[in-house]
Amino acid sequence: MTDGLELDDIQHFLVARGPARAARYEFLSFANADAGRAWLAGVIDKVGSAAAVRSDSPDIRWVTVGFSWNGLRALGIDDASLATFPEDFREGLAARAEILGFTGASEAAHWDKGLLDPSLHAIAILFARDAAERDRATRAHQEYISELGGITLLAFLNLEAFSPPGEPREHFGYRDRLSEIPIEGTTLDQPPGAGPHVKPGEFFLGYPDETGATPASPEPAELTRNGSYIAYLRMQEHVGAFRDFLRANGDTPEAQELVAAKLMGRWRNGAPLVLAPDKDDPALGGDMQRTNDFNYAEMDPHGYKCPVGAHIRRLNPRDTVESLQRHRMIRRGGTYGPPLPEGVPDDGVDRGIAAFIGCASLSRQFEFAMNVWVNDPTFKNLKNERDPIIGTQDGSFDMTIPKRPVRKRITGLPAFTTIRGGAYFFLPGLRALKLLAGGAAPARKLA
Amino acid sequence: MSNAPTEEKTNGHRPEWAAPRAMAIPPEGYFTLERGRYGPTFPRTPACHGFTIIAKIKPGTEEKIRAYGKSLEDAVAKDPHVLAPLQLHYLRWVLFPIGSDVYFMYQGIFDTDFDKYVEDAIQLFASTGITTIFEMLEGFPDDWRTNAPAFIKFVREHQHPSFLEYGEYPFVTADEIKKALTMKEAFTVMLDQYQ
Repeated sequence: MTDGLELDDIQHFLVARGPARAARYEFLSFANADAGRAWLAGVIDKVGSAAAVRSDSPDIRWVTVGFSWNGLRALGIDDASLATFPEDFREGLAARAEILGFTGASEAAHWDKGLLDPSLHAIAILFARDAAERDRATRAHQEYISELGGITLLAFLNLEAFSPPGEPREHFGYRDRLSEIPIEGTTLDQPPGAGPHVKPGEFFLGYPDETGATPASPEPAELTRNGSYIAYLRMQEHVGAFRDFLRANGDTPEAQELVAAKLMGRWRNGAPLVLAPDKDDPALGGDMQRTNDFNYAEMDPHGYKCPVGAHIRRLNPRDTVESLQRHRMIRRGGTYGPPLPEGVPDDGVDRGIAAFIGCASLSRQFEFAMNVWVNDPTFKNLKNERDPIIGTQDGSFDMTIPKRPVRKRITGLPAFTTIRGGAYFFLPGLRALKLLAGGAAPARKLA
Repeated sequence: MSNAPTEEKTNGHRPEWAAPRAMAIPPEGYFTLERGRYGPTFPRTPACHGFTIIAKIKPGTEEKIRAYGKSLEDAVAKDPHVLAPLQLHYLRWVLFPIGSDVYFMYQGIFDTDFDKYVEDAIQLFASTGITTIFEMLEGFPDDWRTNAPAFIKFVREHQHPSFLEYGEYPFVTADEIKKALTMKEAFTVMLDQYQ
């Protein structure tokens, strides 16, 4: 445990999640500082702290608020302080999309217009126990901002889980949320294979990070202490193309499942290939005591079980990369859009994942992962490969599946996903939210 | 070249490493501007990724810098893989005078991109206790341990791109060279066993 990690001030978002089945993200613009402060003042007491929210929380909705750099300016933060924020956050994700490898169909010019608007100031993230509560809270917020005035809803996204409770899956059918980063000071123990606790300074400003020192924070310190950065990404999933690919590369359902597993590094039921290389093991997949209990350097150095370029081996290379602790990230979010039933052609409906990646340094953690692990074609001495699931694909990259006696190489991998929007936000601590709100008692409160 | 593979041996495809290559590089250090996380991306050349950092040393630190060479030699002797995260081929450290000033030149050839190298180097310096020689250089940020962006900015400001790079065996990584030597060794042992 880290003495003094202020869980009662840190927003719950990156520490704990409630049992939510639905969500809504709202992207907001303030007409002026007073409007923004008034909005925030009435919302603050709905924002849960890390100390208050637990996975067995009796609450029915969980609220998080964050601000873009322009949003902090709109709320009246002075230029000298604004200049102390890192360049990545100041520029914003859209301006840096190319650095991350978001090109072609994924380039920022094609993104949701509301997210490209320079007057995007804030995000309000609502997670709710079910869609009915999500819709009730949405109406309450709509009434609140229409009474308040001066707040524009630039964009929104509704999300809903479609898989059975306790077994989250995304649209391709892969089981999700199988790993959680253990943060020193927030979790006492971690399941086998989760890796050592990560120092809180890797996620929250004002604390020692993995270097042992406390990095310089943007100013003023009372605004940034206990804060984090989040990268928002909306990634469309092309389920029809994915299923076509599996059929084209596997003669039998079993062979298709193996192809799906080789792309991900886990069977769709969650079992890792390193532990279940030849045959699916659904019980292993969902067993949190076993499903992460493996490494690569000793158990699969050449990728005969889990290909070196598989998605999970890129995003968490475990013991095959240096300084892993400096590049860890906390992922939040969920699926949007209706599931595509099995056996039907793609209906063209937009569906996918809308995720947040939380960290203390966007460039060292999130951008590094996208730039070096996901989209670098020479990752780990591969020749011409990107992440097969979330990498920017245009049919010109390959996927190597090591196999004895001769490896299998899939050439011209199609794009299974396209980035449709993204933005950077700063999640302040609760005291900082009050500071941003100007300290005045709210004229109105969100119901 | 006597040991260049013939077309028969390589199934008709002449491997890239078999043809020495030279690459002339524009003054900016790149051909087209591609943004990296901390600045323009420098291309991989026939001589791999690399940099040439030149900076004036603080007066009176020359002996300290030379002594640092010995301490790094000792660190590598103690743990030969201490610099492994940097994916290096070679490092060259040079001190030379210009007028009455002394300058330090640090040339590295490696297989990761520039930004990742610098990030990994900061992490390595911080985690291994290798004190950085950069502290002897004029303009180097005193708070580098807690201010990685300032460290990266210093390195980029003092980087002088090559205008020509040459590779006798172009585009080969250190890892590939080590794998080839390991295989050669294994074959030699195997052939010896059959004698």
